Amino acid sequence: MARPSAPPLLALSGVFKRFGAVQALTDVELEIHAGEVIALVGDNGAGKSTLVKVIAGVEPADTGTLEWQGRPIHIGRPHDAQHLGIATVYQDLALCDNLDVVGNLFLGREITRIGVLNEVEMERRTRDLLATLSIRIPDVHRPVASLSGGQRQTVAISRALLGAPSLVMLDEPTAALGIEQTAQVLDLVERLRERGLGVLLISHNLGDVKAVADWVAVLRLGRNNGFFDVTTTSQEQIVSSITGASDNAVTRRAAREGEL
Amino acid sequence: MSIPGGSSAHGAERFTSAFGRRVGGGTFGAVPVLLGLLAIWITFQILNPHFLSPRNLSNLSVDIVGTGMIAVGVIFVLLIGEIDLSVGSVSGLASALFAVLNVNFGMPEPPAIVLGALCGTAVGFVHGFFTAVVGVPAFVVTLAGLLGWYGLMLSIMGAYGTINLDDQGLVAQLTNYYFSDVAAAYALAALGTSGYFLIAWRDVKRRRAAGVPTRAPVWIAVRTGVLAVLAFAAAYVLNQFQGLPLALLIFLAVLVILDYVLRRTAYGRMIFALGGGVEAARRAGINVAWVRTSAFMMSSTMAAIGGLFLASRINSVSQTSVSTDLLMNAIAAAVIGGTSLFGGRGSTWSALLGVLVIQSIASGVALMDIQTAVQFMITGGVLLLAVVIDTLSRRAQRAHGRA
Ligand SMILES: Nc1ncnc2c1ncn2[C@@H]1O[C@H](COP(=O)(O)OP(=O)(O)O)[C@@H](O)[C@H]1O
Ligand SMILES: [Mg+2]
Repeated sequence: MARPSAPPLLALSGVFKRFGAVQALTDVELEIHAGEVIALVGDNGAGKSTLVKVIAGVEPADTGTLEWQGRPIHIGRPHDAQHLGIATVYQDLALCDNLDVVGNLFLGREITRIGVLNEVEMERRTRDLLATLSIRIPDVHRPVASLSGGQRQTVAISRALLGAPSLVMLDEPTAALGIEQTAQVLDLVERLRERGLGVLLISHNLGDVKAVADWVAVLRLGRNNGFFDVTTTSQEQIVSSITGASDNAVTRRAAREGEL
Repeated sequence: MSIPGGSSAHGAERFTSAFGRRVGGGTFGAVPVLLGLLAIWITFQILNPHFLSPRNLSNLSVDIVGTGMIAVGVIFVLLIGEIDLSVGSVSGLASALFAVLNVNFGMPEPPAIVLGALCGTAVGFVHGFFTAVVGVPAFVVTLAGLLGWYGLMLSIMGAYGTINLDDQGLVAQLTNYYFSDVAAAYALAALGTSGYFLIAWRDVKRRRAAGVPTRAPVWIAVRTGVLAVLAFAAAYVLNQFQGLPLALLIFLAVLVILDYVLRRTAYGRMIFALGGGVEAARRAGINVAWVRTSAFMMSSTMAAIGGLFLASRINSVSQTSVSTDLLMNAIAAAVIGGTSLFGGRGSTWSALLGVLVIQSIASGVALMDIQTAVQFMITGGVLLLAVVIDTLSRRAQRAHGRA
């Protein structure tokens, strides 16, 4: 599959991120085009969630270049990313347990008039959005603490889609879900691509990855370790690049740099 | 609180489903504390027939205001999942500042009152800064505040001993003034009831217009009815004594306004969000440090205002104005009234209900002329019970989510 020649939705290069003694990301690069699903895979602790947080502005990069539709940008806080149209579903969901579904969907961007909440309008839009996404939640006024894991996941995804974003990042959205709910989330991802959104999907399940992704980007120990076309790459190739068993140019270079 | 339901469903059915949702969702609301209050009133009435006399109930309605104001502020801090141990000292500091400025320096009352309240706001800003910006646990910051502000109050009062307030002054009137015209109390009851009904009804109409499920008219009627009975009964009792107390009127106004702020404004939503998940709030772009600081400012400001009401009640300010009971009672009132110690769940109305419970116990014990030791033990038991209910309801909610 050939990549489009238009400037990518988002391009990063030379991204570094350190947490105290841990170098979580080292010289990472990634390009995401509109209408593409990119799967980001890697072992536990490879830096996948960190990369998502860098793009989302939650944990800004130490250094690195970010371009949005060809223009250099700076993402220093969550508002910057939201403003560009980047929506994020975090691995830990980041919902407020005590707020209801409507409250969580609109958290931080409530519809207000002179500071007063317009709850009717927020509820109407919530119901509309859930209906378009064919998501069933029994009661939008229940605190999300009392919802099931699958329902909480759909609330988190709906929240991300509310602002009509152009790039959606999903951090292990299916990890805690059953087969039926996983299928629903993957369907949702395909619908996002059909609408022309860029999607960055983190998953541990290579079956899911092969089912919906166009490209697979591999991270290993905080570094890029391969970028594959899903249709022409075998599952074994991806696995070996995740575990580092493959003897390819990238790992060798990384190893040599480590020795210096 | 909005109680949705299908617009075509039968009213009674929706009533029970709303109840089921409350209990299933793990929140018992005001039910336990209302039952507790009823039990306390019945017990003391059996032990002493003067307990439910208009005089005693009227005095109770004024006695609750000082501590109640402080408790309202504490609720803001509890909602964001923090604690404020300094409110007793801050209330004493504010009343001392007011008394010295007004009585000893001859400053007119209005600016002295404003400076007293603003002194609370400034103190809250200091607490908020150390907690939200520097990152010191609120427990420690406000414990330091408890000591430090008490010391400052002592040094302000040091030269004067006890300062008697002008008994015709504004602050004295706060708890001395009664609207003796019987129409006042009834008008307030009518205003409150019809106001509640109109707001609920307007909500129904807006929801219908937007095509969103609405709460059942039956449910609104029931709630309006209950509110009307309570409000007019209270007005009747108050009119049997001296009429509507100004202090009670101000307290109710503060409760209504701050309840509106917490439930209906973007700011209130941020307060709840912090209590429900700081990380989620931060990622949603909420300025967590600022919201935290503002909650401490709210708490200290209300503590200062409560201090003025307490000073008004005894018409003087002295070095003993600060007691540890005050701090304990204010926090206990918030928790007994149903505001969660775990953050994120509560309402300004829990200040009213909780402080009613505490003052009822104090007043009942005083009427019966038994030792205050008993009062401490009963209040302690009630507080423990409230925290147990809080903990269990939280657990029930989580279990419900996992199921
Ligand atoms: N906030 C943090 N503070 C310290 N270390 C962190 C933090 N977040 C992530 N890390 C570390 O960075 C590395 C990458 O973590 P993460 O991005 O969560 O990996 P992944 O999502 O691929 O499993 C891990 O070693 C992790 O311990
Ligand atoms: Mg992760």
